[in-house]
Amino acid sequence: MTRPSRLHVPHAPARPGQPPDFSYVRLSPAGAVVRPDVGAPVTELAPLSLELIRVLDDQHAAVGPWNPNLAIDELQVGLRWMVLTRLYDERMFKTQRQGRISFYVKSTGEEAVSVAAGLALKPTDMLFPSYRQQGLQFVRGMSLVDLMCQLLSNTRDMCKGRQLPVLYHSKERHLFTISGNLGTQCPQAVGWAMASAIKGQEDLAATWIGEGSTAAADFHNALLFASVYHAPVILNVVNNQWAISTFQGFAGAEQHSFAARAPSYGVPGLRVDGNDYLAVYAATRWAAERARSGAGATLIELVTYRVSAHSSSDDPSRYRPKDEPEHWPLGDPIERLKQHLIGLGAWSEAQQATLESELNEQLSAAWKEAVGYGSLSEGPKLHSDLMFEDVFKDMPQHLIEQRAQLRREKA
Amino acid sequence: MAQMNMIQALNSAMDVCMAKDPSVVLLGQDIGYFGGVFRVTDGLQRKYGEHRVLDTPITEGGIVAAAIGMAVNGLKPVAEIQFADYIYPGYDQIVSELARLRYRSAGDFPAPVTIRTPCGGGIHGGQTHSQSPEALFTHVCGIQVVMPSNPYDAKGLLIAAIEADDPVLFLEPKRLYNGPFDGDPNKPAVPWSTHPKGEVPEGYYRVPLGQASVVRAGAEVTIITYGTMVHVAEAAARQLGIDAEIIDVRSMVPLDVETLVASVEKTGRCLVAHEATRFSGFGAELAATIQERCFWHLQAPIERVGGWDTPYPHAFEWEYFPGPQRLSAALNRLMEAG
Repeated sequence: MTRPSRLHVPHAPARPGQPPDFSYVRLSPAGAVVRPDVGAPVTELAPLSLELIRVLDDQHAAVGPWNPNLAIDELQVGLRWMVLTRLYDERMFKTQRQGRISFYVKSTGEEAVSVAAGLALKPTDMLFPSYRQQGLQFVRGMSLVDLMCQLLSNTRDMCKGRQLPVLYHSKERHLFTISGNLGTQCPQAVGWAMASAIKGQEDLAATWIGEGSTAAADFHNALLFASVYHAPVILNVVNNQWAISTFQGFAGAEQHSFAARAPSYGVPGLRVDGNDYLAVYAATRWAAERARSGAGATLIELVTYRVSAHSSSDDPSRYRPKDEPEHWPLGDPIERLKQHLIGLGAWSEAQQATLESELNEQLSAAWKEAVGYGSLSEGPKLHSDLMFEDVFKDMPQHLIEQRAQLRREKA
Repeated sequence: MAQMNMIQALNSAMDVCMAKDPSVVLLGQDIGYFGGVFRVTDGLQRKYGEHRVLDTPITEGGIVAAAIGMAVNGLKPVAEIQFADYIYPGYDQIVSELARLRYRSAGDFPAPVTIRTPCGGGIHGGQTHSQSPEALFTHVCGIQVVMPSNPYDAKGLLIAAIEADDPVLFLEPKRLYNGPFDGDPNKPAVPWSTHPKGEVPEGYYRVPLGQASVVRAGAEVTIITYGTMVHVAEAAARQLGIDAEIIDVRSMVPLDVETLVASVEKTGRCLVAHEATRFSGFGAELAATIQERCFWHLQAPIERVGGWDTPYPHAFEWEYFPGPQRLSAALNRLMEAG
């Protein structure tokens, strides 16, 4: 060796066997961040990218200028969808472990990111999710049975057996087909929004990307196009701290917040408590108003934590402390909204228990129906002819021949 | 000699190279602290330090480009792309840059980068964890393309790739990581310890790039294949009781034409098989080469078997996969013709 390397290598705050350390997460007190007018010049909005927009304080009261002042029934609806998302995740993960489905991705701890944003947007706004925003599917009215049939790749699967579990879509509910590749949907959402502007539509596009995937060139393409054309789009960066074993430092977080990427492109960036239902709702509303007023795109960094494994193929105990989730400083989104409602005198633990058992019953009934339409291992199967359809609108001769060949193989 | 599965053999290859040559560095997503999602780089960061085994941001274009820059500055980078299905954001850096640097700089700026990436199906990975994109790279001038079918070859070829003076795309059939696979998903998994090629020397050795391997000698028909399909071909020939000569191409670029031609001249019949989609697949290059060199020896038209020309569908994995049945049908046609 000549001399020691000067290469900087980011280090995760804690590895297995070490005490969890979230001292790097910069917090602002609830209610402390100003809420500028949506028409404010981008240069004046830059500080929002470094602070943390929070509404629910430590006593679960809603405080400050970002309080969206939602009605009680709106809050209860949000809680309901978040609880459903969590119970669905737990139930479907279990079916994966039992070998009924091949793969699953949970969103535990990130339910507010999808549910609050989904409810803050209009039903005709086009959503380009990644694979960890199942809450969007629920708030857009997708049925449990339809979602489960996708997981089962069965005869009622909307993807006709072509996609991995959780890569749902719904044209009529304005939910774009989810890609298994990272970040690709981000600039596509910008293009959709540009078309909306070209056509003079009111609808905007919203997309979700993980903080790890912001490393991809697609993310930077999205910001640039959104900036150049003032596209009516909301770019959500879900900063859940971990991309499989890669902690956020490898996506550049040691240098700056993810929200702070946006101002350098001339796009406002909001750094938001992603486990605070009210903050996520309010930030999404602000960005939507801004987009609809013609002022263009907003990036929202949702600071949250991936409580579960990356997927059913991952084991996080190999790369982070087992008890790290319990130390996450921003708490649990469901617990926080529940306590807020209880504080308002509009909810109780008994009602929560009733809700959970009601939703569990719905899940059981839906699963029973869904498996009746088949699975990869049992029951009715999709016809293998379907494999050759939709490669093109009209099947070319070589695929017609291959379909015939497969029919002979199976005969 | 030691018993190794393909994961351990690949790990051992990098270990041997890193111990021997301090300029060898590894980079890729999740490869350092975690040891890779398939554990191929397990323990190497602990052994060689985090300046020689680099975790990277999740951007394949960035990984390939950084590897090029490192290679130009005298390092020997081995980049991992987590799945071959995710290599495309790095495609421009591979095709327009990596493959052409030697040519466009008249030999002044070669970039001996090795890119390792798991490929192929059979693990219920759907269209984003199952692809075999080798033909997209064999069509590019200036990059060597390799795919082993067993632990012994995997280690020897990877050492040869890392030591090569030109860039190498090293495709690892992930279905073979833990054991040979004959194409029947209903049979219990077989470990590499049951296979002679699971015997792997612990130290340094090379399997030269550009040499095919005759896996089974035979007289009636030649099966030219590579990767997982080597084992499927063996099973199909065994089931049919055909005296097939099975050739594992191992290295697509450069291609060992001599071994292929000698075999087909002997048998007079040829089946070309790969898991990748058939249309414009590497099998087309193989079939064209055999037709050009062996036309007067052929007793039947060359048969070509591959995956169907569709994306890899999650629910139809085994209808898609070119299993023993599809190979057998082709072999029967070959034997009945002429």
